[in-house]
Amino acid sequence: MTTNILLTGVGGQGTILTTKILSAGLVELGYDVKMSEIHGMSQRGGTVNTQLRYGDKVYAPNIGLGEADIIVAFEKVEALRALPYLKKGGKIVMDDREIYSMPVLTGAQSYPHEAAEELKKAVGDVLVVSASKIAESIGNIRAQNICLLGALTESLKLNGIDWEALIASMVPPKTVDVNLQAFRAGVKAVQGR
Amino acid sequence: MKKVIMSGDEAVARGAWEAGVSLAAAYPGTPSTEILENMSLYKDDVYCMWASNEKVAAEVAIGASIGGVRSIASMKHVGMNVAADPIFSAAYTGVNGGLVIVTADDPGCHSSQNEQDNRLYAPHAKLGMLEPSDSQECKDFAAAAFEISEKFDTIMLLRMTTRVCHSKSIVELGERGEAVVYPYESIPTKYTMLPVNARKRHVIREEKIKEMEEYSYTSPLNKIEYNDSKIGVVTSGISYMHAKEAFGDSVSYLKFGITYPLSAKLIREFCGKMDKIYIVEEGEPYLENAVKALGFNCLGKDVVTCQGELDAEIIRRAFGIEESGESTEKCALTAPDRPPVLCAGCPHRGFYYSLGKHKKDLVAVGDIGCYSLGASAPFFGFDIGICMGSGFSSAIGLAKALEAQKDKRKVFGMLGDSTFFHSGITGLVDAVHSKANVCLCILDNSITAMTGHQDNPGTSKDVMGYEVPSIQITDIIKATGISDKNVRVVDPVDQKEIDSAIEAAIKSDGVFIIVSRRPCVLIKEVARANAGAHCVIDADKCVGCKLCMKVACPAMAFENGKAVIADPDGCTACGLCAQMCKVNAITKAGE
Ligand SMILES: Cc1ncc(C[n+]2csc(CCOP(=O)(O)OP(=O)(O)O)c2C)c(N)n1
Repeated sequence: MTTNILLTGVGGQGTILTTKILSAGLVELGYDVKMSEIHGMSQRGGTVNTQLRYGDKVYAPNIGLGEADIIVAFEKVEALRALPYLKKGGKIVMDDREIYSMPVLTGAQSYPHEAAEELKKAVGDVLVVSASKIAESIGNIRAQNICLLGALTESLKLNGIDWEALIASMVPPKTVDVNLQAFRAGVKAVQGR
Repeated sequence: MKKVIMSGDEAVARGAWEAGVSLAAAYPGTPSTEILENMSLYKDDVYCMWASNEKVAAEVAIGASIGGVRSIASMKHVGMNVAADPIFSAAYTGVNGGLVIVTADDPGCHSSQNEQDNRLYAPHAKLGMLEPSDSQECKDFAAAAFEISEKFDTIMLLRMTTRVCHSKSIVELGERGEAVVYPYESIPTKYTMLPVNARKRHVIREEKIKEMEEYSYTSPLNKIEYNDSKIGVVTSGISYMHAKEAFGDSVSYLKFGITYPLSAKLIREFCGKMDKIYIVEEGEPYLENAVKALGFNCLGKDVVTCQGELDAEIIRRAFGIEESGESTEKCALTAPDRPPVLCAGCPHRGFYYSLGKHKKDLVAVGDIGCYSLGASAPFFGFDIGICMGSGFSSAIGLAKALEAQKDKRKVFGMLGDSTFFHSGITGLVDAVHSKANVCLCILDNSITAMTGHQDNPGTSKDVMGYEVPSIQITDIIKATGISDKNVRVVDPVDQKEIDSAIEAAIKSDGVFIIVSRRPCVLIKEVARANAGAHCVIDADKCVGCKLCMKVACPAMAFENGKAVIADPDGCTACGLCAQMCKVNAITKAGE
């Protein structure tokens, strides 16, 4: 059995670091792991997707349409954009943060603020975690990604390794404290439901 | 041995290092860039350099190989076009120390201007070729490539694709082997390609290819997996992984690791046992043609597209097997587009904004770099963009064509500092020499930004972190003999300065040059200096005219009838928006 995770966000939100930590943890748990990230143009404020697959034996590193078991969205409309990748019966974990793209800022296109509610209607299993708000209240909005990581590891019940030690070894040294708090808050946000 | 998770690019660097490589040269280009970046981690053992272009990188590596050390040059697929000249001739000379050229192809054009399939270079230039399909193979094949290169006196092409370069999977690490060094010998008949030598070397080359094909038959780099004999899949590279996902163990596989020369014997042996043959490959029908040439019927490009990347789902659909996934219900909403944009504070923005004011008097040719983003909304800064360097040279041709039609508009050609060193200098020289009616603009942000901030000949550090002399673009311009009054060096954020330069260029006859100079805001030192700086908009003064929104800065937004700095962390206080404001509502915070 292979589990397919698609992480999606906007350039600069830390999706790639999150995927790195997640895959290091999965290797430690003994899984075969492949991840795929496409970078290049996406640094410049575009959509960033990283894909991660784990199981006993994984061949391809990327996920086709309709193949993701879970989508982790760091931004609201990015969840919407990634929806075609979700499997029937799949799950979405998303932050309801809104980041406006240039066509929205210039008024050429409009931002669907109701995206989370609409997604809940289309997909049974949608978990909204206000990770950026949580991270901001802890002291650094950039810890949003690690908060979502907490929510994800808890949703998938990926227990049995010391995630906190792993995070501490992989985030910038000055941000360890805030990231660990963010991680715990992410775990708690899921446990409560 | 230690197991780690690595990208294909990291693994190639690791494999080359373990194999005792001594020199690595490259020009950046997605998805190959991280090979040299990771190579430089081993700078105590390996001399690493960013060459000014791929031809130089290949030639440096060729020189090192002839000098007797193992060397590697890496580039993106289109870079191989630039490097093709030395590679085709060095294919005849052969090597002394092992020589590996890495080509990183980009099916799907994730960050490229075309989808060319560089496997076709191998039979054309007569290079040996290996194609890894995951990170472990990247490491193993990189090391094997040096061995094969020396064994058969041949350049080896290591052909990768974006999904192999940028995917991560588990790799078992080894140790650094001894640096492999052979004494340099003067053998002009081998290394000087005068016609008299080249003819003889060509004969030898053909013989070596035959020997390599024999070797390929028994090499463990090719793999056969016999399962059912109803269907046999012939494949290589990442396509093997997709095929395994799609077909599992229900079919047999011939997976080529050595994709040139292809072992005809292996194809005959495998295909002869199968009822039906499927070819699974991205891009051109490379394996398919080889199989068909041996008289086997097979199904390949008739059902599998030659465009974009493959995945398991595409293969299932193509060969009519049950699809695994079924998308969930559609959501009634659609997501607004999120195209990449020039960063807040990007110096290119000021240039394009000014250029836009003078559109009716000019036609513009662009090039490739972050400034390519100026081609799209809202700037629509140029009409033509082909390849690196063409921003200058195609401008010459366009100017001649417009002149012939009595079209008075000035032709502007634009490229960045790294692109100038890559292949802009030749266009500059020819523009002056041919008295072309062009304005050549160098958008100098003091770094190779698009590919993630590599140093270039204009910067004062090399990839290993050492201080090196920086070459001044203005000195090169001066050397063409162009008059000082036709050269302007301006700060593009200062609209008065850039407007005046563009206006002078439009009025001028012949070659005019603008160096639009301001460093990229993402350069560490620049970012540090800008930390905390941002603009503020006085809501009482703002009249909601939206003039400031015209510069399309991602740090700004228009909310409740007023412009606001919505992302003060992103804002660098460059002040471009403030110059737009007619009511002085925008100021730098703290001023
Ligand atoms: C032949 C070739 N090599 C490499 C690339 C990849 N590439 C695209 S833009 C670019 C660098 C651009 O740097 P610069 O000209 O300084 O512009 P900037 O991005 O800094 O604005 C590179 C290396 C390419 N497209 N073609």
